[in-house]
Amino acid sequence: MSVYDLYLLAPEISLAALAAVLVLVDLVVRNKTVLPILAVLGLAVPLVFSLMLWFDLSSADSMQMHGMFDTLVVDRFSLFFKFLLIAAAGVVILSSTDYVQKFARFQAEYYALVLFATTGMMLLASTTELITIYISLELTALPIAALAAFMRDTRSTESGMKFLILSAISSAILLYGMVIVYGFTGTTSLPEIADIIASMELSGGTPFGSNALLFGIVLMIAGFGFKVASVPFQMWAPDVYEGSPTPVTQFLSVASKAAGFAVILRVFYIAFPADSLSLDWSATFAILSALSMTIGNLVAIRQNNIKRMMGYSTVAHAGYILVGLAAVAARTPGAESSIGPAGVLFYLGGFAATNLAAFSAIIAISNRINSDQIDDYAGMARRAPILAAVLTLSMISLTGIPPAVGFWAKIYLFGAAVEANLEWLVVIGVVNSVISAYYYLRVVKAMFLSDPTSDEPVSFALPMQLAVAIGFIGTLIFGIYPTPLLNFARAAAGVLLS
Amino acid sequence: MEFTGLLTAIVFLPLAGAVVIAIALRNYAHARIFAAAIAVVDFILAIIAFAAYDTGAGGIQLVDHFSNWIPGLGDDGFAVQYLLGIDGLSAPLVLLTGLLGLVAVLASWHIQLRVREYFIWLLALQTGVMGVFTSLDFLLFFLFWELELIPMFFLIAIWGSDPKSKREYSAMKFLIFTILGSAFMLVGILVLFFSTGTFDMTKLPDGIQATSLLLPKVVVFALLFVGFAVKLPLWPLHTWLPDAHTDAPTAGSVILAGVLLKMGGYGMFRVSVSMFPDVAQDAAWLLAAAGVINVIYGAIVVMRQTDLKRLIAFSSISHMGFVMIGLASVVGVDGVVSPLGLTGAAMQMFTHGTITGLLFLLVGMVYDKAHTRYIPDLGGLAKRMPFAAVALLVAGLASLGLPGTSGFVAELLIFLGAFKPMAVPTAIAAFGVVLAAGYILWTIQRVMFGPIKERFADITDVSGIQYVPIALLVIAIIVVGIFPSIISDVFASGVEPIAQSLEQVAQARLR
Repeated sequence: MSVYDLYLLAPEISLAALAAVLVLVDLVVRNKTVLPILAVLGLAVPLVFSLMLWFDLSSADSMQMHGMFDTLVVDRFSLFFKFLLIAAAGVVILSSTDYVQKFARFQAEYYALVLFATTGMMLLASTTELITIYISLELTALPIAALAAFMRDTRSTESGMKFLILSAISSAILLYGMVIVYGFTGTTSLPEIADIIASMELSGGTPFGSNALLFGIVLMIAGFGFKVASVPFQMWAPDVYEGSPTPVTQFLSVASKAAGFAVILRVFYIAFPADSLSLDWSATFAILSALSMTIGNLVAIRQNNIKRMMGYSTVAHAGYILVGLAAVAARTPGAESSIGPAGVLFYLGGFAATNLAAFSAIIAISNRINSDQIDDYAGMARRAPILAAVLTLSMISLTGIPPAVGFWAKIYLFGAAVEANLEWLVVIGVVNSVISAYYYLRVVKAMFLSDPTSDEPVSFALPMQLAVAIGFIGTLIFGIYPTPLLNFARAAAGVLLS
Repeated sequence: MEFTGLLTAIVFLPLAGAVVIAIALRNYAHARIFAAAIAVVDFILAIIAFAAYDTGAGGIQLVDHFSNWIPGLGDDGFAVQYLLGIDGLSAPLVLLTGLLGLVAVLASWHIQLRVREYFIWLLALQTGVMGVFTSLDFLLFFLFWELELIPMFFLIAIWGSDPKSKREYSAMKFLIFTILGSAFMLVGILVLFFSTGTFDMTKLPDGIQATSLLLPKVVVFALLFVGFAVKLPLWPLHTWLPDAHTDAPTAGSVILAGVLLKMGGYGMFRVSVSMFPDVAQDAAWLLAAAGVINVIYGAIVVMRQTDLKRLIAFSSISHMGFVMIGLASVVGVDGVVSPLGLTGAAMQMFTHGTITGLLFLLVGMVYDKAHTRYIPDLGGLAKRMPFAAVALLVAGLASLGLPGTSGFVAELLIFLGAFKPMAVPTAIAAFGVVLAAGYILWTIQRVMFGPIKERFADITDVSGIQYVPIALLVIAIIVVGIFPSIISDVFASGVEPIAQSLEQVAQARLR
C-alpha cells in the first residue's frame, strides 16, 4: 500500500473523516445548527478529490487506475457514481435539517450515519472484488438500518428492524452465491473470474460441466435484487419507505438504488459477460423487469400514503432500469454500442434528480401538514405553489412526459431494448408507464384540483429551499437539454465496454 | 445547419408567453391582455409562414435545423435533431392552429377562476400543437405530442363543467387514452429508428423501403396507427372524446376539436400513408371501413343526444370519418392514385377545425347565457340572440356541406377522389351527409327557433369582445368556401408527392 493508494481512496477517506469530524464537533459546540452546514460544506472535500481523479483520468492514457491490491478501481464509471452520491448526500442532508432539529440528541450522529452510508455506496461503485463488495454493502446497510429506526416510534423501529433483518438475509444469500463462484474460480477478483470462466471449456453446455456456478450467480442476482428492490425481493421497500423518516426514504430511493445498480452493472459486465456463459442473462433480467414494473405499478395505484406509493413506484422504476440491463445483456458482442449501459446510467442520474426533487417537496409539505396522506395534499397548489409545481414536475418526470428528464430516460432505456430486439419488453414497459400516469397524476390532481383544507401557506426554510431547487433544476434542465448528463453517462459507460 | 427562425418563433412564442405570465404578471387582467397579444402575434406569424410557403417550389420550407441538439448515445448514434419545417400539408394546419389559438384566448375572456394559471396552460398547449405540426424529427414530434397532454388535462379538470368528479374523470380518461396511444407510437418510433438509423421524417420513407425492419412492417404500421387513431378518434377508440368535449371549457373544446383531433389525421398523412404506402394500400379497405363506421355510427348517435356539447362531439366523430374515407383512396385504380381524395381529406381537417370550432364557441356562449345545454330546455333563442343564431346557422350549414361554405369543398373533393377506388364505402358515407343535414337542422331548430321559453326573456345576445372570435371563424368558413383554392392549392402541393409515391407502389404491384 502506498500514498498513491490513499490518493485513489481519498474521496471515501475524506467522506468518512467528515463523518467522524461531525461527531467530534458535536461534542464541543452548543449550537447544533452548524452541523448540517459543516456537513454540506465538508462534502466539497470528497467532491474536489473526485474531480482531481477525473482530470487525472483525462490526462492519463489508461481508462482505469487500480489500487489497494487491485481491489479498488478508479474509472469514469465509479466517478460518475461518486458525483451522483455526493450530490444525493448533500440534498438529503439539506432536506433533513428541519426534521433533525426536532431531535434533542444525536443530531450529529444522524448526519454522520448518512455520510458513512454514502461512503459505503461510493466504495461499492469502485470495487472489482467480491469481498470488498460485500463489506461495502454492509457498510451501506447498517447505517441505513439505524437511520430508518431513528425516530424510535413504533413505525420507525419496525422499519429499521425490517430493513436490518431482510438486509441480513439477502447479504447471506449474496455471500453464499459469492462463495460458490469463488469455489469454482478460485479468485474473488472480477476480471480474473471472467478470465477463468472464459478459459474453461464448456462441457455439456455449461462452464465446469455443472450448473452450480450458475446457481451461485443466480444467488448473487437475488442478493443484489434485494438492494435495488426488484420483484420478487421488493417486499421490504414499501414498509421501510413508509416507516422511515422521509429524508431517509429519500436517501434510500436515490443513493441506495444507484449504488445497487452500479455494482450489478460492474459484476455482470466484468465478471460474467454473456458470451462466456451459456446462461441467457437477458431473459432473467427481462422477466424480473416485467414483473417489477407490473407489480410495482399495479399495487401503487391502491396506495393512499404518498411515501408508500413512492415505495411501489421505486419498485416499478427498478423494473424500468432492469429493461436496460436486459438490453445490455442481450446485445451480441461485436455489434456493441454503449446505448444500453449509458442509458442505464442516464436513467439513474435522471431518476436521482427527479426523486430528490419529489422527496424534497414531500418533506417540505409533510413537515408542515404532519401527514403523508395524498388526500391531505389537497389544494397545495394554492398553499405552496412552488412546492406543488416542483412535485408536479417530478410526477410528470416519473411518468416519462416531457419536458422532464424522465422522458429522455424512458426513451433511452426503451431505445436500448428495441435495439436489442426486446420489443415485447418495451411494450410491457410503455403500457406500464400508462398505468403509472394514473397514480402519479393522482397527486397532481389532489394538489391542483381539490380545495385546500386551510388557507395557511406552507413555508419552508432555506436549506429545504436549496434541496428543492437542486432537484427541480436537475429535473427540468436535463429534461430540456439532456446532452451534458448524456455525455457524462456515455463517458462513464465507456469503461464497461473496453 | 439552417435557421430561418420563423417556425421556432411560432412554436415557442406561446410557451415564452406562458412563462412570462407565470413569473412576471401578477394581475389577472394584464395576464389576459398579454395572452391575447401573444395569440395575435402568433396568428400573424402563422399567416406569414403560410403566405411565405411557396407552393410552386414545394417540398419542405422555412427549415430550422440543428443537427446536434442531442448527440448520439451509442457508436451507431441515437442523435435527435432539432428540425422544424413545413410543407404543403402542415402549412395550412399551422395557420389553423394560429387562428384557433387566438379564438380560444378570446373565447376565454369571461373566465374568472384562476385566470393566470388558465392562460399559462392554454398557451403551453398551443406550443405543443404547433410543435407537432412543424417538427420533422420523429422524436421531436413525439416530444411535442406528449407535451400537449398535461395542459389539456388541467384545462379540462380545473375549468371544465360541473360536477367536479365528472370533469376530473373526463380529464383523466382523455389523458390515459392519449398516453396509451402514444405509448405504442413510441415503440413504433424506436423500431423505425433502430431499423433505419434515423429519426428524420423526410428520410424515413426511403429508409423504410430500403431496409427490412426489426418487426414486420404491418406491426410497426399498426403500432404507430393506434396512436393516431386514438387522437382522430377512430371507433372504437373514440370513447374519451364525448366526455372530454362535454366537460372541457369552451376554449378547451374549440382547441380539442379544432386542432388536437387534426394531430391524429396529420400523423396518418405524415407517417402512416407517406412512410408505409404499401401497407396503407393493403389496409385501405380497413381504413374505409373504419371511416364508414365513424361516419354512420357518429351520425346515428348524434340523433339521440340531448346535451348540446355532446351532440357536437359526436358530430365531430362522424365528420372525422370522412377524413378516413379520403385516406382510403390511397389504394388507387389500376395503378393510378388520384391526389383528389387525399387533398379532400386534408381539406376536411382544416374546414372541420373552423366549423366545429365555431360550433363549440357558440354552444359555449349559449350555455353561459342560458345556463343549460339540455336541448329540450332550450328554444326560441333566436329572438333574443339574433347574432348568435345567424352564426350558428352559418356553422351548421357549413357543417352539413352547403355549397358556398368550406364544408362543401372538402366533402366534394373526398367523394370525387374516393368514389372510383372505394365506391361502396363512399356511397354509404355520403349517406352520412344526409344524416348530418337532418340532425344539424333539427338541432338548430330546437335551440334557436320555435316559441321562446319564458325563462329566456332577459337573455342577451353576444356582446363586446365575443364578436371577434365568432367573426374570425365565420369569415374563415365563408372565404374558404368561396375561394377554396387558397387552402386547397397548398394542401394539393403537399399531397402531390405522397400520391406519386403511392402511385409508384401501385404500379410496381401491377407489374
